[in-house]
This record gives sequence, C-alpha cells and structure tokens, in this order.
Amino acid sequence: MEIFGVPSALLGSQLLVGLINGSFYAILSLGLAIIFGLLNIINFTHGAQYMMGAFVAWIALNKLGINYWVALLFAPIVIGALGVLIERTMLRKLYKLDHLYGLLLTFGLALIFEGIFRDQYGISGQSYPVPELLQGGVNLGFMFLPIYRGWVVVAALTVCFATWFVIEKTKLGAYLRAGTENPQMVQALGINVPLLITFTYGFGVALAAFAGVLAAPVYQVSPLMGSNLIIVVFAVVVIGGMGSIMGSILTGLGLGLIEGLTRVFYPEGSAVVVFVIMVVVLLVRPAGLFGKA
Amino acid sequence: MHMKKLTTLACAAAFAMLSGAASAQISGNTVKIGVLTDMSGTYSDLAGAGAVLATQMAIEDFIAEAKPAFKVEMVSADHQNKADIASNKAREWFEREGVDTATELVTTSTALAVMKIAKEMNRVALMSGPASTPITNEQCNDVTVHYTYDTYALANGTAKAVTQQGGNTWFFLTADYAFGQALEKDSSAVVTANGGKVLGSVRHPFPASDFSSFLLQAQASGAKIIGLANAGADTTNAIKQAAEFGVTPKQALAGLLMFISDVHSLGLQATQGMYLTTGFYWDLDDQTRAWSKRFFDKQKRMPTMVQAGQYSSVLHYLRAVQATGSDEAGKVMAQMKATPIKDFFGKNGRIREDGRMVHDMYLAQVKSPAESKYPWDYYHIRQTIPAEEAFQPLAQSRCPLVKK
Repeated sequence: MEIFGVPSALLGSQLLVGLINGSFYAILSLGLAIIFGLLNIINFTHGAQYMMGAFVAWIALNKLGINYWVALLFAPIVIGALGVLIERTMLRKLYKLDHLYGLLLTFGLALIFEGIFRDQYGISGQSYPVPELLQGGVNLGFMFLPIYRGWVVVAALTVCFATWFVIEKTKLGAYLRAGTENPQMVQALGINVPLLITFTYGFGVALAAFAGVLAAPVYQVSPLMGSNLIIVVFAVVVIGGMGSIMGSILTGLGLGLIEGLTRVFYPEGSAVVVFVIMVVVLLVRPAGLFGKA
Repeated sequence: MHMKKLTTLACAAAFAMLSGAASAQISGNTVKIGVLTDMSGTYSDLAGAGAVLATQMAIEDFIAEAKPAFKVEMVSADHQNKADIASNKAREWFEREGVDTATELVTTSTALAVMKIAKEMNRVALMSGPASTPITNEQCNDVTVHYTYDTYALANGTAKAVTQQGGNTWFFLTADYAFGQALEKDSSAVVTANGGKVLGSVRHPFPASDFSSFLLQAQASGAKIIGLANAGADTTNAIKQAAEFGVTPKQALAGLLMFISDVHSLGLQATQGMYLTTGFYWDLDDQTRAWSKRFFDKQKRMPTMVQAGQYSSVLHYLRAVQATGSDEAGKVMAQMKATPIKDFFGKNGRIREDGRMVHDMYLAQVKSPAESKYPWDYYHIRQTIPAEEAFQPLAQSRCPLVKK
C-alpha cells in the first residue's frame, strides 16, 4: 500500500522516528519553558547543558566506571548543581533587568562551556555504548525498532508528564506558579521564593542534562551536539508558546512528527520546516499555539 | 688600474641593482601565508588547529633548509564553513594585510569563493582541505592548486573497489551541498562504469545529527551498499546509527570520505572492515612515521591527510618563492607546476595545468580491534593507486585551461 507514492511501511517508520526525535525536543523545550515561565530567563546555555549531561555520562563511564543507569541520575545532579551555582552567582543579579541581559549572559556561558569541551575533546566526539539491557531491536513488521530508541520515548515522556503533573497539580507546583505571578505576596505567606527560583533553574537544567544522557548512546558525544539542536528547540518553545508547560511537550512531539514526514517527502527541507512553521504561527498566533496572549 | 676599478664598481652596482630587484619582487620582503580553515565546526578535527600546526612546521622546516633572505609569516582565521565569511576574510587579507596565499580552505563552498578572489587579486590559493572536482574543472583557474585529494579520486578508489567486490547496488546518503553532490555524482559514475547500479539517494541537511529517517529510506531501497557521500561528524553519526537500526551488517556502508580522525572517534569495533581512500597514512613508511611523530608530539593526534597535505603544499609553495625570488602569483605557480613534488606526502607528485596535484593514493581497509597492535594502528593498505590513475584524466577535464 502506498500513501502519496510512499510505501505505508516507510511512512509508519518515519512517523515513529519522528516521535523519537520529538521526545528529545519535548524534554529540552520543557526545561526551557519552565525556566522562562518561572524565571523570565531565556536560557541559551540549555544546549551546552544538554551536551555537558552527555559528557558527564561519558566521563562517568570511562573514568569512574559509573554505568548508564546511575548516570541517568548522576549527570542531571552534577549539571543541575552547576545550574544552581550559575543562578546563585550570576543570573540572580539580572532578574530586574531586560530579558536581553539574561540571554547574553547565558549565550556567553554556552560559548565558554562549548569552548572548554572542544579544547579538551576535539570535535569528532566520543562513542558511548548502548547499555547492555537495551541493546538490539524488535521487528515491528514495518520497521526494525532499536530497543534503546523505544526506551528514549518512554523515559522522556514519563519525565515530561511527571514534571507537568508536579507543576500543574501539586502544592509545590502551586507555590511555584504563584511565586512567578506575585512573588511579594507569596513571600509574605512564608514561602522562600528565591530558594524556589534557584531550585527551579537547577531542575530545568537537570532536565537538559537528562536529555543529554539519553542522547549519549544515540549520537556521538560531541561539544557541538547541543548547539546543533538548541536552535530547533527554541523554535519549538516559540511555537508552543513561551512558558507553556503542556504546550512545549505537545509541540515538541508534534514537530518531531512533522520533521519526520518532511524527511520522506522533501528531505532537503527537513532542516527548515520547523522554522517555516514558526513564522506561520507567529503571524497567526503571536503568543504561540498554547500561550496566553 | 682605473679601468679595473670602474669595472668592479659597475659590477657591484649591477649586482646591487639585481639583488635589489630580486628582493623588491617579494612584497615587503615578507611572504605571508594565510590559513583559512574550520577552527571550531564539523571539520575542525580533520583540518583546523592541526592544519595551522602543519603550516608552522612547514615554515620552520623551510627556514631551516633554505635560510631565505625574506621573512615568512603566518596568519590564520576561522571561516566557520561559510563562503561569505571566507571570502570577506580572504579579501581583507589580500587587500590590506599583504597575504600572498590563502591555504587549506576545507569545505568546498569556501574554496570556490576564495579561489575567485585569489584570481581577481592575483594571489595563490592552496587547497588541501576541500574535495570537490569542480575546483579543477568548471571553476578552475591558474592561481589555484588542489592538493590533497578530490571526490573523483575517492570514488575511483573506494566505489570501484567495493563495486568490483560484488557490492553492485548502491543507495547514497548525501550531504546537501556542493561537496556531497559532487561526491555522489563522481561515485555514481564509477559504480555504473563498473557494472553496478544506483538505486537512489537521499539528500540530508548539512550538518545533521539524526540520520535515522535517511537510514530507513536507504534500508527500504534494498541496496547492498549504502554510500555515505558526506564527511566528518555527519559520517560518524550515520555509521553509528546504521548499526543501531540494524542497517548494518545486512547492508554494507561505504564511507566515501573518511579521515583517520573519524575512525579514531568511532573506534575500530564500529568501523572494522570498511574501505576508504586516503592520500596519506601516517604508518606508511619511515618518512611518514618520522613526520607524523613530530606532529603527534605537539597535537596529541596523528595527522589526517588534509594536515599532511597542508604541510607539503606550503613547503612546495615556499620553495617555489625561494627559487623564483618572487611572490607574484604567476611566477610562483609556473615554478610550482614545473617542479615535481617528492616528499613524504606527495609520492610521484606533480601539479597539472588544471591545478590538480596528482600523487599516489591508497585504498585502505580498517583493521579489526584484534589486528590493531598499537595506538593509531588503524589501516591495512590494500592497494597503492598510482598518481596517473588515481585522479581524473586530463582528457576528461572540463577546465578551459587544459589544451586538447
């Protein structure tokens, strides 16, 4: 059977691959959306933090003998702690200023981090093996699905929806949301708002590092892996609506699918399709698909 | 007596004028070499800082060997693989900084942009990094030397060997810019000429990180061989993901442009058995080992063919400047073309009228982890492709400079 001249099996496999890439977009854009929503900082270091997550996993495996499963927790904690340090020592001073300052600072930090890793490890990158438990694949009839990629979708979506649940449905999430709406009032009620903000930034960064560990066995662990991805992720956040939690998750998945389809019908256009959609969305709904105007 | 003194004086004066004229032919009495390369992007491991180091080594060796009357200086810049940045920088160098030659120029689009400016400003362009055949065909000019390798030589080595060994149906994964397209075109021609068939191709954006969609299309084509018409990180990511999606070992990959830096980064487990064509291998003979060891001591990596070619091309250029006593592009180019190249890199090398430097190329096969005995022991050299056979014959040239 063919759909628009493309065998349906190929189409099905491309949709699945799109979903896998979409899970990366979702988890990265979720981190950005949280940080923007609660701190009003456009975190340009996000790509570098994703890259460092992957590198921490690689270093942990090769120098410290820490395996993949531990690294899934270890790398986000290390990079999250670095995020906390950045927030406490630098970002904190910029909250009252224009968005541009936060953007410039985080962009500068991203360049520094990338430069350090480039200097230490070169550009070609390091190989990170797929953990033993997740090696091999299953034949779905229409495609051969590597078990690891299936795991990526499950892990990413679980973390995404857990995060959404915490922010939208729990008391802690309510404090967070209230803290951004009216920090003085929440502070007056006895909640330590600055601590809450520090924690939020650390968590957003940890999400990026978590995505980095997930990506390590799939891509070469390279200093540029973040900057290749982050521009698309920013487009995802803009399309979904800056600061919208569910918006960023759904948009990430959706755009992964659309990109996957573009790779079948017009592969040359797959690098720009996300930006074309971004332009259209900005013209029609400037606040993004899920954003509040 | 009087007469004799006069003659001596006249001789001295003539000599002074002569030598004055000679030194005046080297502008500012300084030869300035510009290294325009990818310092931070996809190709920075195979060219980049290593190419800058190779240039420094060539300059040092030249000064030690020739003790020139002129000074030799080097400048370098990052072109970020972008043609507009490369051409702006080259123009600035040529117009304002007295740079005599722009060198390296990995990424075809930057090379094509800079060679036009070199022609316009009458300076020399030495290309050790880029791969595309248009540099010495449609776009050729008389101030450009294409030194290390090109897509024709790569296809002629790898695609021919693989097709002849029974890999007769091909599908290409092609980086969507001048280089990828040239490599696909040249390889397709070689596959067809050797009785093989090209079933299709897919063009991926450059650079890309996720290749799964493209690999699935290659898988669906049923071709025995998936030709990777890309380079650097694109190639390594494609190889890694091909194994993940079960594309290999059912279908085989042919890396049409692989550097030793790619093999090093992927490891022998993932790359063993792959064929590749290279213009240089560090462990070829005593000469290559000696130079590569010097390089390794400073860079902590073995040189790629681009870096070794960079050294050889800069040294050949400087020797030509010394021999002609001039840095005028026409004179230096004539001398470079007239002199055969015999060093550790350019075995049986010479520069043809289309600007192509032809030299022996090597068909290599990547060793298995068990076969590799020491660090960087990566290749079996399966075949030496003689200089005259390795590159596109002049009879097929599309370069207007070639008289037929």
